[in-house]
This record gives sequence, structure tokens and C-alpha cells, in this order.
Amino acid sequence: MPADFLWLIPLLPFTGFLINGTLGRRLPRPLVAAIALIPTALSAILWISLWFSMKAPGAPESIQSVASLFGNTSWIAISGFHVDFAFSVDHLTLIMLGVVTCVGFLIHLYSVGYMAHEEGYWRFFAYLNLFMFFMLVLVLAANFLLLFVGWEGVGLASYLLIGFYFKKDSAANAGKKAFVVNRIGDFGFLLAMFLLIAHFGSLDFTTIFTAVNQHPEWQGGFLTAIALLLVVGATGKSAQIPLYVWLPDAMEGPTPVSALIHAATMVTAGIYMVARSHAIFDRSPYALGVVAIIGAATALFAACIGMVQHDIKRVLAYSTVSQLGYMFLACGVGAYTAGVFHLLTHAFFKALLFLAAGSVIHALSGEQDMRKMGGLRKRIPVTFWTMTMGVFAIAGLPPLAGFFSKDEILFRAFVSPNPIGKLLWLVGLITAGMTSFYMFRLWFKTFFGAERFEEHHDSHGHDAHGHGGVHESPLVMTLPLMVLALLSIIGGWVGVPEALGGHDEIGAFLEPVLSSTGVTVTEVVSHGTEIGLAAISVLVALTGLFAAYVLYYKKPGTAATYAQRFPALYRLVENKFYIDELYQAVIITPLLMFTRIVLGIAIDGGVVGGSAAAATATTRGLGSLVRRVQSGNIRSYAGWLALGAAAVIAVMIFGYTH
Amino acid sequence: MSPNVLALLPEIILTITGVLVMVAEPVLPAGQSRKPLGVLAILGTLAAGFASWYQLGFGTIHAYFNTIQVDSFSVFFHLLIAAIVLVTLLSSLDYFEGHASHAGEYFALTLFGATGMMLMTCSVELLMVFVGLEISSISTYILAGFRKGQASATESSIKYFLLGSFATAFFLYGIALAFGSTGSTRIDVISQNLASTATPTLALLSLALIIIGIGFKVSAAPFHVWTPDVYQGAPAPVVGLMSTAPKAAAFAVLLRILFSGFPSYEPRWASLIWIIAALSMTVGNLGALLQRDVKRMLAYSSIAHAGYLLVAYTAFPADGIASACFYTAAYAAMNVGAFTVITQIGGYRENVRTIEDYSGLALKRPVLAAVLGFFLLSLIGIPFTGGFFGKFYVFSAALHAGHVWLAVIGLLNSGIACFYYLRLLASLYSRRPAIEDNLFDGITVTLPAALALTITAAATLLLGIAPNQVLSLAQRSAAATAPGSANSTTNASR
Repeated sequence: MPADFLWLIPLLPFTGFLINGTLGRRLPRPLVAAIALIPTALSAILWISLWFSMKAPGAPESIQSVASLFGNTSWIAISGFHVDFAFSVDHLTLIMLGVVTCVGFLIHLYSVGYMAHEEGYWRFFAYLNLFMFFMLVLVLAANFLLLFVGWEGVGLASYLLIGFYFKKDSAANAGKKAFVVNRIGDFGFLLAMFLLIAHFGSLDFTTIFTAVNQHPEWQGGFLTAIALLLVVGATGKSAQIPLYVWLPDAMEGPTPVSALIHAATMVTAGIYMVARSHAIFDRSPYALGVVAIIGAATALFAACIGMVQHDIKRVLAYSTVSQLGYMFLACGVGAYTAGVFHLLTHAFFKALLFLAAGSVIHALSGEQDMRKMGGLRKRIPVTFWTMTMGVFAIAGLPPLAGFFSKDEILFRAFVSPNPIGKLLWLVGLITAGMTSFYMFRLWFKTFFGAERFEEHHDSHGHDAHGHGGVHESPLVMTLPLMVLALLSIIGGWVGVPEALGGHDEIGAFLEPVLSSTGVTVTEVVSHGTEIGLAAISVLVALTGLFAAYVLYYKKPGTAATYAQRFPALYRLVENKFYIDELYQAVIITPLLMFTRIVLGIAIDGGVVGGSAAAATATTRGLGSLVRRVQSGNIRSYAGWLALGAAAVIAVMIFGYTH
Repeated sequence: MSPNVLALLPEIILTITGVLVMVAEPVLPAGQSRKPLGVLAILGTLAAGFASWYQLGFGTIHAYFNTIQVDSFSVFFHLLIAAIVLVTLLSSLDYFEGHASHAGEYFALTLFGATGMMLMTCSVELLMVFVGLEISSISTYILAGFRKGQASATESSIKYFLLGSFATAFFLYGIALAFGSTGSTRIDVISQNLASTATPTLALLSLALIIIGIGFKVSAAPFHVWTPDVYQGAPAPVVGLMSTAPKAAAFAVLLRILFSGFPSYEPRWASLIWIIAALSMTVGNLGALLQRDVKRMLAYSSIAHAGYLLVAYTAFPADGIASACFYTAAYAAMNVGAFTVITQIGGYRENVRTIEDYSGLALKRPVLAAVLGFFLLSLIGIPFTGGFFGKFYVFSAALHAGHVWLAVIGLLNSGIACFYYLRLLASLYSRRPAIEDNLFDGITVTLPAALALTITAAATLLLGIAPNQVLSLAQRSAAATAPGSANSTTNASR
């Protein structure tokens, strides 16, 4: 496929957005769906043809395409520095493109059924296509600035979709929270970009990474600074400690959105960015260490919280945070390939789990509380079986997808030269056990045991679908489930390690992009050790399964007894370690207090009082105005001006010169 | 055409149109619509804009004993001011209909104000700058109180006038001292004579006083105290105008004075501007966090944006001037745009005031809400908007000159800023509270207002997607103002 057609891949969904965004309100629903689905499908087809042309023998390792806009080849050109509207594709991009277009298409398809009874159908699909556009820009970008455009764009689409039910306050607040938290991450990303400009005079990936590779003497120093700032950006988008707090709340959005944006694609952008910039990270063991520790800590912490949640979507949300932690951990020990591999398999099984959970919620007319589910196995068999595949995959049971990718990460952590590599491995292993436990807990509570739901034939709940009774979802929803279930089974087979008799195709495929020059020195271990480690993790996963089986199937109710035995601990975990409250108390409240005190009293006496006074003046008329002039309001303003003037003169005459 | 006429062609056109409008106003019978006068004013503004564009073909024009210099820098700001005035006139064409008598005066005063602002940007002699500054200021003082009979409007006007005069005195005194220490009020001569002046302290003092005077006009901290009160009371379209056009002119004057007049004192004034910029950003953003009234909030936001813009002044000349020009344009597009929407929503009575009042707008008027949301996103600095590129350019220019901490302060501030813009944005897209009222029922977006919204939204978008045209014009302006230093910036790669 010629490089000039790269443009079509993001542009197709964008046309869908334009059409639905402008005319959608007046179009019938099937047409709206077609307008949204066809461009997405075409993008996926383009990706397939791109795949074959790049797999062909002798094909270049990467292709680039620079667009011109209004006759200018560069997008912005400022003193000795320019940025182009440039897209490029290499093997890493190819994998990301595949995830975005294919999983994206399946979720579009699913949404046709899931959103069928919702208000604002056209709005939903317009936003979804807008998201696809920005996500494709993000992964195709050939420089940091264009990546940042995509980065912000997916954020924007995500806030729109989280707040989709904007008549509901919690949804609007969740959108707001996501926005604000992500701005903190962006702060780091922007600073990183400025540093890149200062040191390289460019934001182009090839230019920067080539420069880094040509200067082996650059170790740490400014590269550490850039890497750490990029990490700040990545922790925001990929929901890592300390910026993970927005993701669980983001579940207020419609379930397909959670599957697409908050599981499969957008939240993995941070991992993609770190993997993409690995040339920089490889030079900074310190930054890598930070990434690894953040990843491991997030994985464990989120898994803890996930074990006690009752809302089915929240369990999956914390599970996503935890799995993203694994990917971070992989990047942190220099195993970028393993991170991307887990990103790929996670996209399959987590999208599946969310869509299946959506199907459960759909069946129960909007119920999300697992305490009011149970025994659904027979009522919605397709959902049950497909979700089972997802649960087994994420729990890390062979030969499903999650086993291979998670095991690769644990193995890489174990053999990494990182001084705390073994500890990281142990944390990852414990997390694996907890993952297996909370996923089977979800599985047993939802599908087994007594039926704890009420069959209501009226509609209520926010995901209300005006048709009652517990029922299996239509084919348009179950078909994507089946495809994703298949992918969750076989998706891991592209990365079977040699120790287990495979060829690790994905490793070889990503070799040209992700071969690292810095930290490839790993301990040489025998295949026996690798097999042994794999056996241990399978054992741990089975333990989690067994614990869930006992607590939630064999003797339901024992879990509550245990919880009662440690009430303080249980409450601490159930309330998510009070992190939201902590942020509120430590950051937000003091900031507002500071603002009020400093501005209200110290700097400017008129700020707070002024607004009230002006309002009074409006009502009391001109008489009060005169009084106020005489009471010194203007005089005090003039006084401030004079003080400021004195300060300015002092600084000017006696001030320091740089 | 004599160079004198050519150099002041846009100002002459504006003045003639303004006088025509002023003369026609009392002739029209009371109660009759003043819209034809508005249309005349719009045509005059368009003509002035084209005249500016026409001037660009003549290179640098010197006129009136070298007190006037029309170059690409002046033309850049002429075009910007013409565009702002055009949008303001379009959005307020129906604003006074049936509410105020003598609305024709409003159109005339706007044109006179524009004349003064344009004069400021093409003067290279300080007294001529002062004349322009006074013409523009006096017009804006009156415009601020144009919602006659409203106490808050009168208060706004009087406060603006008293404090403005106070600040003007500083500026004038600065000019006098500049003359005292260098023997001239021409910017280029000042620059030459500075090296040999016997009284460098006096020259420093004069520069400080000039910065104080300009600092008031652009509402930079600590000279910002008037801004919230004045903006709250003034009519919304006038706030849109006076938060952008006179500020653009004042910023242009400051660029000329600092980079052409006092370049040798750069180490001194750069650290002063550093402090003012950091202070303005912080005070503006923290102050905006506390506001409930949307116009007051945007007043603090404009203080913060003045701070961002001043960051550009600490950069190397070529980068600094170009990024300041670009930011001025981007800020003008989004801020005038936001106030255009507010004008349409509030109307003459301005009964939609607080952030809570705006809640549920998206349900009733989805397009207006979306457009306002777009401007707010640009003010936050989201990519694909002019606001993003403006900030990006300014901060990278400052970093280029080594001002890392200033850039960090700026970025932290733009993080804080998203809180309050977002509060309004979230309010637009939230459900209306239980008490259903008819705040938004009276909104009618007329054709001229729709045109004004289209222009500002398109400009904001275009400055974000394809900024190159404006960037190259901004770079030419930079070269015109600091010709010697155009090559001083190097590509700072290692």
C-alpha cells in the first residue's frame, strides 16, 4: 500500500464523525450506525492491506508520509525548528493500528445493539468516531507534537463519552475529574517536549532517536529528566499511581466506551509512548527503575481494591489499572516487547470482559451490583461462555492469551539486571494470584449460585433499556463477544517462548523497533528455570481460583465472615484506601484555602468583597456608588497601583540582572 | 499618494467614517433603528483593514518626520485590530436595539477607539504613541459605561476612567524622563543615545514608569485590580473589545519600546518582566478560581493571559516578538469569540451572569453551547486550537532563552486554569436545576452575530490547524521591529 494512503486510515472515521455530528440528529438510526461503522471497517481493511505489504519480503521497516496543508509542507515552522504533519508506520505502529481498528470495529458493532434504546444515538457514534480519529493519529504520528495532538484528542473524546449521560451529575463530574487529572499528566508531557526541543531542536522521532543512538556517551542527565517527565504524562493517561484516580470513575460512561477507551486503546497510550521512546529510557536506569516500581505498585494496589468491589464494572476498572501496571512493569525492566505483547492480549480479553459485563448489565436492565446477580449461567449462555474465556485468559491459565504475555513479563522481571528484579517478580506473582481471585469471584458471583436479581418488566437504572425480563443479547452484540473470545484464546500464541516449544513470533516482529541497546544484558537462564517460573505462576493462578471457589461458590457467606473479622482493614480497602479523600484533603482543599486567603486578604482586598459589593451597587443604584467611591474602594485600588509601581521601580533600579 | 496620507490611510478612513456616523446620529429621529449606522461602521472597518493590507506592499513607510513608521509589524496589528473591531461591531449590531438611545455614538466611539489603537502600533515616537493611547482610552472609558442607567455600568466607567488616568500619568512621566535622559522621544534615537547617556538611572526610571503605564493597560499584575470590576459592569461586546484590541495595541507598543528602544537594558527589564509575568499568571488564575460571575472569571482569565503573553518578552527578540504577536492574535480570536457568545446569551439586560445560570445551555441551545465550549477549550490550550499553539510557541521561546522556571510556572498555571474554564464548560453540559426558568428563551442569534461567531471560531481553529500563514507574518513583524537581532537565535541543539 503506498504511503500516501496512510492518511485515509484516520480520515475515514473523521468523515463519519463529521457526517453524524452535523446531520446525525435528523437521520434514522440504522443510517447513523452505517455511517459510523463503514469508515471504521474500511480503516480496518486498510490496516490489513498495510500489514501484508509490510510483511512482504524486502518491504521497508517503516514508511513515512508527510502531508502538506495549504501548500506548506511543514505544519509549523518557527526559528530553526519545524514540525510536519507526518505519519509513519513501523512494526510497533502496525500492532497498535491492528488493535485500534479491529477491536474498535467490533466495539462499534456491539454498540449498535447496546445503545439501541438510548437517547443521543447519533451523538454517541459521532464521539466514538472522533475518538477513533484521534487514536489513529496518536499511533500513526511521526513526531511528539502530533502524538500529543492525538493524546489530547483521545482525552477530549473520552471526556465527552464519560459525560455522555450528561443529565446525570456523577457522569459529568467523572468527565471533569478525568480532564483535570489528565492535565497534570500533560504538564509533564509538555515539559518533556520543550526539553526535547531545547536539546535536539526537533520533535521528530527518527531525528531524536538517531541522535541518541549516535551518542553513547549520553547517559542519564537530561535524558533522565526527559524520561521522567514523559513518565508523568504516561501515568496520567495510563492511570498509574498517583494519577490513576480518574479511571474507576470513568466507568460512568456507557459500557462500550469503557471497553474501547478505558481498557483496550486509549489507556494503553502511555505504554505505547514509553515503548516508542525506549531509546531515551534505555539511557536512564533511574527512570526505568521508577517506571518499574510505579508499575508493580499500581498492579498490586489496584488488585487489592479490585478484590472487594461490588460493582461489576468497577472490578474490571481496577483490574484494568492493575494490568496496565503490569505493562508499565514490563517497560521498566526493559522488556518493551513483553509490555506491548501484554497490551495486545489485554486489549482482547479486557474488551471482551467489558462487553460481556455490558451484556450482563443489558440483560438485567441496568443492574451493575454483583450482589444482585447470580445464577445467570443458564439465562444468558453465550455471554457466560464468552466471558468465561475472558476470565480464564486474564487469570493467566494456559493456553489462553493472558498466560503467555503475563508470564513473559514476570520472567523478564525475574531475570532483569534491576537490583530489585526478584522483588518486582514477587509482587507481580502475588498480583497474579489476586487477579485470578477477583476475576473468579466476579465469575462465581455473577453466573453461579442463587439468583439474587429481581425480574422487573419496567425499565429503570441509567442503562435502562425499555424491555424487561432477563434475556440474552441480540446477535449484533454477541458476535463481537464470540470473536473476542476466540482472540482471547489464541491471541497469546504469537508469543509462545522457546522454552515452551514456541518461536516468540511477536518478539521477532518487534525486534527492529524495540531492540534496545542499553539494558539487554540479562542473566542467562536455562529453559528449565523459565518452565519452573511458568509452573509457579500457573499454580498461583489456580490458588486464586480455588480461594474464589471456596469463598463464593462452595460456602458463600464465609467471605463476609472474614471481612467482619478485620473490619478496619476491610473498610480501608473497600473505600479504596481513601485516596480520593486524601487528594481532596491534601491537595484540593488547601489549594482553594490558599487561594482564598492569599487573594482575599493579602494581595487584593477588593477581590472577594468586590464582587459582593458590585452586586450591591447594582441594586442600590448610584447613591451607593458615590458612597463607595468615598469609602475608598477606588482609593484603595489606586493605593495598590502606587505600591505596585514602587515595587516595579525598585526592581528596575536595584533589581538583579541575569 | 503622498507618504503621509498613505502611512495613515487606515486611521484616516476610520476617522472619516466615525465622524460621519457621529454626525448622522442626531439627525436620525429618536426611536429609529441605528443599525444602518452600524453597517456603515462595519464597512469603514473593512475598508481600513484593506487599506492596511494595501500598505503591506510598500515595504516600510516613514512619515510625519519619522514619527510614524508603517512596516509589517504595524500592519500585523492593524489587521488584528480591524478584525477585532469588525467582529465586535457584528456581534453588537443588534445589542442596543430598543434599549439605548443614541446607539450611533457607540459605533462612532468604537471607530475612534480603533483609530487610536492603530495609531499606537505604527508610531515610533513616544508622544505620538501617547496621543494614540489617549484616543483609544477615552473612547473605551465611555464605551464601558454604555449600558446607561445601570449603576454597575456607570461604576465600571468611572473606575476605569479614574484609575486609567492615574496610570496614564505614569506613562507620560516616563516619556518626560526618557527625553530628559536621552534628549529624544523617538524610539530609534533613544536606543542610539542610551549608550552615551550621563544619567542611566533616569533612563531606567523612565522605562519603569512606561512599563507601569502599559502594565495597567494590559491588566498585568500588580496593576490589574481594576479589571474584574470594570469587566463585570461593562457591556459584554465592549468587554470583548477592550480585553483584546487595546491590549494588543499596548502589547505592540511595549514590544517596540523594549526591543527597539531599550534593547541594551534587556538584562534589567527582562527580569522585571519575568516577575510581572509570573505574578500575572498566578494572580489571574488563582483569582479566577474563586469567581462565580462569568464576566469576572474571564476578567481574571485575561489577567492570566496577559501573563502568558509577557512570558514571550523574556525570550530572544526574534522568537519573543513573533510568539507575542501570534499569541495576541490567538488570544484575540478566542476571547472575542467567547464574549460574542456571552453577548448573545445575556443580551442587553445581562440576566445570565453566574456559572450556575449557564447550566443546561447545551440542552436548550446546543450550537451556542458547543461554540462557547470550543472557545473555552482553546483558552485552556487544547491542541487543534489557536490557544494551544500560542502557549506552545511562547513557552518554547522562553525555554529557548533559558527561562525554565518561568515556563514551569506557566505550565502549572495553565493546569490550574483548566479548573475554572471546566467549571463553566461542565455547567453548560449539565442538567438544569429543578427550578425550570426561561433564561434562555429570549436568545435570538441574528445573522451578523452568527457571522461574528463563525469568523472567531474559524480563526481559532485555523490558528490551531494551519498556523503557518500567521506565523510567517508574525516572524516578518519580528524582523521589522528588531532587525539586528533576527539572527541572534540559534538552533540550540547540542
